[in-house]
Amino acid sequence: MKRIITATVQDRSGVLNRITGMLHKRQFNIDSISVGTSETEGLSKMTFVVEIGDHQKLEQLTKQLNKQIDVIKVSDITDKAIVARELALIKVGGSGHLHAEIQGIIAPFRASVIDVSRDSLTIQVTGKPDKVEALVSLLRPYGIKELTKTGVTAFLRGQQPKQVTEINSFTI
Amino acid sequence: MKVEAKHEIERTKELRTGSDLLIETLVDAEVDTLFGYPGGAVLPIYDALYRSKAPFEHVLSRHEQGSIHAAEGYARVTGKPGVVLATSGPGATNLITGITDAMMDSLPLIIFTGQVADSVIGTDAFQEADVMGITTPITKNNYQVKDIADLPRIVNEAFHVASTGRPGPVVVDIPKNVSAGISLEKYSKDFHLPGYQPTKSPNPLQIVKLADALSRSKRPLLLAGAGVITAKASAELKEFAERYQLPVANTLLGLGSFPGTHSLSLGMAGMHGTYAANMGIYECDLLINIGARFDDRLTGNLEHFAPNAKVAHIDIDPAEIGKNISTDIPVVADAKEALKALLARSTSMPDHKMWKELLQNNKTNFPFWYERSNELVSPQWLLEQIYSVSKGEAIVTTDVGQHQMWTAQYYPFDRPNRWVTSGGLGTMGFGFPAAIGAQIGAPDDLVVAVVGDGGFQMTLQELSVIKERNLPVKIVIVNNQALGMVRQWQESFYEERYSESLLPKNPDFVKLAESYGIHGLKVDREDEVVETFTDVFSYDGPVVVDCRVVKLACVYPFIAPGKGIHEMIGVTK
Repeated sequence: MKRIITATVQDRSGVLNRITGMLHKRQFNIDSISVGTSETEGLSKMTFVVEIGDHQKLEQLTKQLNKQIDVIKVSDITDKAIVARELALIKVGGSGHLHAEIQGIIAPFRASVIDVSRDSLTIQVTGKPDKVEALVSLLRPYGIKELTKTGVTAFLRGQQPKQVTEINSFTI
Repeated sequence: MKVEAKHEIERTKELRTGSDLLIETLVDAEVDTLFGYPGGAVLPIYDALYRSKAPFEHVLSRHEQGSIHAAEGYARVTGKPGVVLATSGPGATNLITGITDAMMDSLPLIIFTGQVADSVIGTDAFQEADVMGITTPITKNNYQVKDIADLPRIVNEAFHVASTGRPGPVVVDIPKNVSAGISLEKYSKDFHLPGYQPTKSPNPLQIVKLADALSRSKRPLLLAGAGVITAKASAELKEFAERYQLPVANTLLGLGSFPGTHSLSLGMAGMHGTYAANMGIYECDLLINIGARFDDRLTGNLEHFAPNAKVAHIDIDPAEIGKNISTDIPVVADAKEALKALLARSTSMPDHKMWKELLQNNKTNFPFWYERSNELVSPQWLLEQIYSVSKGEAIVTTDVGQHQMWTAQYYPFDRPNRWVTSGGLGTMGFGFPAAIGAQIGAPDDLVVAVVGDGGFQMTLQELSVIKERNLPVKIVIVNNQALGMVRQWQESFYEERYSESLLPKNPDFVKLAESYGIHGLKVDREDEVVETFTDVFSYDGPVVVDCRVVKLACVYPFIAPGKGIHEMIGVTK
């Protein structure tokens, strides 16, 4: 199962290294990590997307994260109401006559063309991972020359439903 | 002009360096011993030590590994953090084994490593090693001091982190420009650790659940680990076990947390543990683990570990609970606090006399056994004699291997902090330097280093240290001219192909000791043993005793790899 886990950490050098090292040592399979500063000076937020076998492993992951001295808070937000976004940059090949066609494909995704050259164009798309993935698969026939993603960043919505349902909002 | 120059010189005299500030923080942390080895990148710190009148001693090892194992021995015996100082690059990398060892066995250590100057970090400078990168996975936390202003805070944090919660090693890497730099800082005790708040007190509901499980248990068993010793909870453990008449099994590192000679003690559990302890775990219906981490050498095949038991696990480290064994009643707490909370309740238990008797019978009917040779020294018998001559009062340190298991089996520990061994990492070469630290930490106690002929040769250069300081450490070499445990496994699982495990060309350990100016003795007949050790233990100074033992003796009983805790082999002759 895929889980989204967030961690608030002290903004000190080596913290990311310590955390990724721990995950590696304990054989956790990381899909993505995104890190950046937070609303509070001196604190950073990390978002992990992890592929994890069972609840026992998941519990171990959050406990091991929590155990790190510079980690202040760890939450598994997968089953909560959350906003989750990632950014992808996609460079597709093709000469000028395809541009209009590609524009037509990306428009419903609210993606935009941010760079054009004689034989390529670069598209930027932001959204939930499955939306990004859907666009990538639609663009694949045009020949993807380069693709890069930021990894998911996420946090809880301002309001949580009274009863947390078992629906995995990651896929909604 | 002249006046100004003079003024400059006077000011220089008063200046303090980062190193002076470091020493000040060590004094404030009540450090009494610094285990170290000098080198280029820590010269400013050594210079400050020379200039200052710091009220602590520096113990010069002959290899950094000697320093750090000594600090571990010191920490185990005193309960205080062991403090180590080494230079950058090779000095720091020589500490890696000890840091990992301390991490695995939860020993509090503060390790100061020198680092090349800030300006050349990352350029592969002379004696540069990425200490932060190397030590990240093997420390509880690590720091590189970038600014003198951060030095006191970081050192304070290091002491706090290393010695609270689940103890562990903390590395502080100090670039030379920081230790040599001019400090304008006032000393301060401040530190800032918003993310670190170990849970000491147990959740009352979990204690109720545990008491409730106890009130329904017909076959209860306590498993006591080193966490009991760290939490200084031995008295509470004894009271708890006695009040409810609970049989107690110990882990290797937990030996001494409960008196080994107590009628409720089943002895050590695990790979080379007692039949009684292991069958107790196999057949119990409630297993209360206090401060042990369910190491695989204890559990054997997880499928057969306490298969019908409700498992309660008391541990200060939440990440240990449910890591290897699924837990029904998790209690995140300091062992002492948890036991106090349990003792504060009165719980009535169903009669479990039959269960106690069953385990007692196992204990009586299936004790440890060995073939006595009567002429050549049987190693197990040797350990029994060492126990009896020392009246069970010694602090005993060991390396890893056969001699370690024989000591665990034949030297019952009745008190905590008398047993210093490398459990989790299984480090050869640990025992002798650890004995140095133990003797420094407990100067009035008899400290016996039981080592193998293999392991001793890994760190025997520290003989210089005991000579120099006249530390009365007694070194007992259980000499079977082999890497005994390797040889035993080759015998059992590799059809006696003794690949590189025999040491027929060992040095003459007596002459070796003498070359260091240390009293050396050889024992190769049983009838010499008691008299020799009576003399050795009353001798005021270090002694090396080379005990030639039966070469092919094996450690029994044992659980073969992949087997369950109930599948011990060699239980009886």
